[in-house]
Amino acid sequence: MIMAKPKKAEEIISRVKDFSRVLVAGCKGCVAICEAGGQKEVEVLASAMRIHFSQIGKRIEIDEVSLSRQCDKEYLQELADSIDSYDAVISLACGAGVQFLTEMYGEKPVFPGVDTCFIGVTEEQGVWSERCQACGNCMLGETGGICPITRCSKRMLNGPCGGSENGKCEISLLVGRDVACGWHLIYERLKKLGELERFRRPSEDKDWTASRDGGPRQIIRKDVRP
Amino acid sequence: MRLSYPTNLRIVKVPCTGRVAAIHLLRAIEKGADGVFIAGCMEGDCHYQEGNLRAKKRVTYIRGLLESIGVDRERVAMYNLSAGMGPRFAEIAQEMTDKIRQLGPLVKSTNAGKEVVA
Repeated sequence: MIMAKPKKAEEIISRVKDFSRVLVAGCKGCVAICEAGGQKEVEVLASAMRIHFSQIGKRIEIDEVSLSRQCDKEYLQELADSIDSYDAVISLACGAGVQFLTEMYGEKPVFPGVDTCFIGVTEEQGVWSERCQACGNCMLGETGGICPITRCSKRMLNGPCGGSENGKCEISLLVGRDVACGWHLIYERLKKLGELERFRRPSEDKDWTASRDGGPRQIIRKDVRP
Repeated sequence: MRLSYPTNLRIVKVPCTGRVAAIHLLRAIEKGADGVFIAGCMEGDCHYQEGNLRAKKRVTYIRGLLESIGVDRERVAMYNLSAGMGPRFAEIAQEMTDKIRQLGPLVKSTNAGKEVVA
């Protein structure tokens, strides 16, 4: 799922301080799971904003809503009747949701309430880690189900590099936490599977046009189009 | 024991302080309380294992959030005491009331000195 982290309340407040009616719009999708932009977070942010503005004697009306998703028009449509009564919207959805909301209601200023970070997993409560960079050309079948594009800091197609030590990436020192060497993980995994032969043949050149190198991506599937 | 404690205190009973969510602390302030404290069981004595520890984390989070929006973090606090510590409760109630009185009302026009305890 898409992982995000909440932006600082003061940053959000500074964006909307000059409006008189603001809507805080959450998303019950990915950002709710990573506790950044779901209904609970909408309630907390809106309440904190109301406290702040009432404390400084500013009358700003702040309403709350949480949509099932903000990356689908049918759910964004739910705002159609009420959005005109607001001067601005703070969207706690991922970057995709914020942009789709902007596209649908072009007249309305929309501000992000979260920083969208990566596609990842919940390792444990409160710990989320990156697992996929959406390169558009999945090679997990070749690498024992561990992604070298995501798990290797250098995105190497053939590793490990010389910076790997005791299974840890050299970047660990830089980021101040242990980062597993992606290719070490792949090696250990392929050893378990009895597929170490894989290391005898280098990975084929990767088609990066399926990644960001080909510009903004789009999928059109005639079989599911109406 | 016939202990007395400040009358401006409004008590909200919860089965366990683990039930107190971040939004409950904010709502109390939003609705006019100038300070909120959670009176949880002693650490290590939670009937539900870690309810009071969860409450403590939420209080820490809300204190940080309040500070970031220009509200004194001291307006929200966590205390730990057992059900048998009546005198301590009265003491805490007085201590918190004094602290909030010193800070003054959050919004000048609302009722000053109101507190909520969960």
